[in-house]
Amino acid sequence: MSGAPLLAVEDLTLHYATRAGEVCAVDGVSLTIEKGQALGLVGESGCGKSSLALALLRLQPDNAQILSGKVLLDGVDLVSLSDEAMRAYRWNRIAMVFQSAMNALDPVYRVGDQIIEALEQHVPSARKQLIERVQELYDLVNLDHSFIARYPHEYSGGMKQRAIIAMALACEPDLIIADEPTTALDVIVQDHILREFGNIRRELNMSMLYISHDMAVIAEVSDVVAVMYAGKIVEYGTAEEVFTRPIHPYTQALMSAFPSVTGEKHELATLGGEPPNPLGLPPGCHFHPRCPFATDICAEQEPPTVRRGEHWADCWNPPEEQGDD
Amino acid sequence: MTEAAQATSSVDSRPLLSVEGLHKYFPAATSRFRRNERFIHAVDGVNFTLAKGESLGLVGESGCGKTTTGKMLVRLVDPTGGHVIFDDGVGEPTDIATLHGKPLKEFRRHAQMVFQDPYDSMNPRRTIFDTIAEPLQVQQVGSLVDRIDRVTEMLALVGLTPPRAFLFRFPHELSGGQRQRVAIARALIVEPSFVVADEPTSMLDVSVRTGVMRLMADLAAGLGISYLYITHDLAVARYMCSRIAVMYLGKIVEIGDTEEILRSPQHPYTRALLSAVPVPDPTVKRPPVMIEGGVSTVVNPPAQCRFYARCPLADDYCKTNDHPPLEHKGQEQIVACYKA
Ligand SMILES: Nc1ncnc2c1ncn2[C@@H]1O[C@H](COP(=O)(O)OP(=O)(O)OP(=O)(O)O)[C@@H](O)[C@H]1O
Ligand SMILES: Nc1ncnc2c1ncn2[C@@H]1O[C@H](COP(=O)(O)OP(=O)(O)OP(=O)(O)O)[C@@H](O)[C@H]1O
Ligand code: SF4
Ligand code: SF4
Ligand SMILES: [Mg+2]
Ligand SMILES: [Mg+2]
Repeated sequence: MSGAPLLAVEDLTLHYATRAGEVCAVDGVSLTIEKGQALGLVGESGCGKSSLALALLRLQPDNAQILSGKVLLDGVDLVSLSDEAMRAYRWNRIAMVFQSAMNALDPVYRVGDQIIEALEQHVPSARKQLIERVQELYDLVNLDHSFIARYPHEYSGGMKQRAIIAMALACEPDLIIADEPTTALDVIVQDHILREFGNIRRELNMSMLYISHDMAVIAEVSDVVAVMYAGKIVEYGTAEEVFTRPIHPYTQALMSAFPSVTGEKHELATLGGEPPNPLGLPPGCHFHPRCPFATDICAEQEPPTVRRGEHWADCWNPPEEQGDD
Repeated sequence: MTEAAQATSSVDSRPLLSVEGLHKYFPAATSRFRRNERFIHAVDGVNFTLAKGESLGLVGESGCGKTTTGKMLVRLVDPTGGHVIFDDGVGEPTDIATLHGKPLKEFRRHAQMVFQDPYDSMNPRRTIFDTIAEPLQVQQVGSLVDRIDRVTEMLALVGLTPPRAFLFRFPHELSGGQRQRVAIARALIVEPSFVVADEPTSMLDVSVRTGVMRLMADLAAGLGISYLYITHDLAVARYMCSRIAVMYLGKIVEIGDTEEILRSPQHPYTRALLSAVPVPDPTVKRPPVMIEGGVSTVVNPPAQCRFYARCPLADDYCKTNDHPPLEHKGQEQIVACYKA
């Protein structure tokens, strides 16, 4: 893929003010997503994935502050847009499947009406057509039409998630941000929805930022993968490169800890040590207190970027490059 | 006793919970003026037992009734019919399904629920300390200093370290997975007899998840806590649960030993489910899943097998007969299918 990327994030830093102190959630993140490309974002719970996603839409909470950086969508910097101008981008150009249904669905309105409202702003049309469009979307995510007129509390967890996916797809955005969109779905429904998602994306050349802790799903949906640790992207590459030849020790640990439903039942691997303290990140490489390959320099200086073609990682002691076999 | 109940009698002679013929129907029409004759059969005659210290996994299609089943066990939803016999070996066995007033309040001390969506289960105005300590306060356990110690300890156990960085923050100031762990800490802090854990680790990455699973398993072993562990993640069920029950549209269609079910699933739905588990390898293209996704609601369902419309093995016999009964098929495997 060539040409200017659809999305370019440049050196984005976001902090939260809390009673206990300043939390550095996103720490100088840069990444790009091409038109039609799917980027999988993985990383430990609390490493900053949702914070990054919300900042792209300028939906970060009140106690958050973007200290630096740009979010360029087709060259326009969203960080410096007026609130008014930003509103025109949400749903229409960038849509989001929130990690929680509660953040997305209003409990006092029927779910169908909420989707219609989003649609109406995009393509004002007659109510009948809007309802037909919602029915189409419900078919896509395996929801019964009778649920269009129901309230969020009448939906199961997975049904809510599917309604939100329908809502995000409604306006056919250029970029869809999906934050753990299938945590409440069984594997059959998940499989169906990911395939439909893939079809629509290919048809419309839609880009996607897909956040998940489920490495198997990431492997299936992503063209490229970014690995985040303590607010930083520590590794980036094509899905195949990152899964088969991970460079960063944290990525290696992620890959090896995956439990399986077939074959021998192994003892589950864990990452030793404690997750990083969000109020005081360790100096040098943030991963050094838990890293099996750490050397003295790791605790002192930020690691350099190791490049293997388009695939890169930040590490002082990367594994030897493997030849193709 | 029901068939499902008998199958587990080898685990413990006296189960902590015996669920018999449990039902929940929700009205399907939204009209306020007409009397309702159409119902969603969310849970439609479910039987199982849960032994002391046991973890039973509950898996199945989104919308098949798992959360509703779980909520009935802790009486956050009132059953339409059926029994849930609670017998902790201390008091008299009681039927939770019909408890009221003081005995219901008494019972609630033994039962905790970890909610599926950690976002809507917490009061946004209470700090993490207050949230986790709430069950202790309700039950008037310990002094304030004791409670701070206990909460600090629980935070560390679920990997929210250093605890002081979290104690006085608010739920909305936490990430999804951090909040999920707060919910787990709150449920476990009172050392309940049993916990309904509804997708408790669905937002956790592998390493954090393993730690939380170990904690839950240790408490089961040490304190004899029982879990109904609702999950769509079969790998998690494999590590947490000695038995699993597979649900489809309000009914349990297969129940038995976890390894046995994973090795040789008998019900066509279970087989399809296992075939759809994705693999963490971008170079592998999985074959298409055996069945298509379907619409997962049942309003006044026909008598025939619930899986009929989507079953690759369905035939005329299935069509003309009632939903099949649960029957023994393997060592400890019980299946509801005419063809298994
Ligand atoms: N509103 C907030 N105020 C203060 N701190 C916050 C707030 N939101 C998130 N944080 C903190 O910022 C860090 C990053 O949170 P974020 O939600 O981005 O993580 P995440 O990678 O999405 O994790 P998860 O996988 O658990 O959802 C965490 O340490 C979290 O506690
Ligand atoms: N309060 C309610 N009012 C009406 N219908 C409801 C209510 N709660 C649940 N239902 C319906 O009952 C059925 C079962 O829902 P339940 O939440 O138990 O499913 P679940 O198995 O937990 O699904 P998921 O895996 O998606 O969370 C669904 O069809 C749902 O729409
Ligand atoms: S820089 Fe050092 S501590 Fe960090 S990942 Fe590499 S080897 Fe480990
Ligand atoms: S009873 Fe018939 S329709 Fe039902 S699962 Fe078995 S084969 Fe399929
Ligand atoms: Mg998140
Ligand atoms: Mg549920």
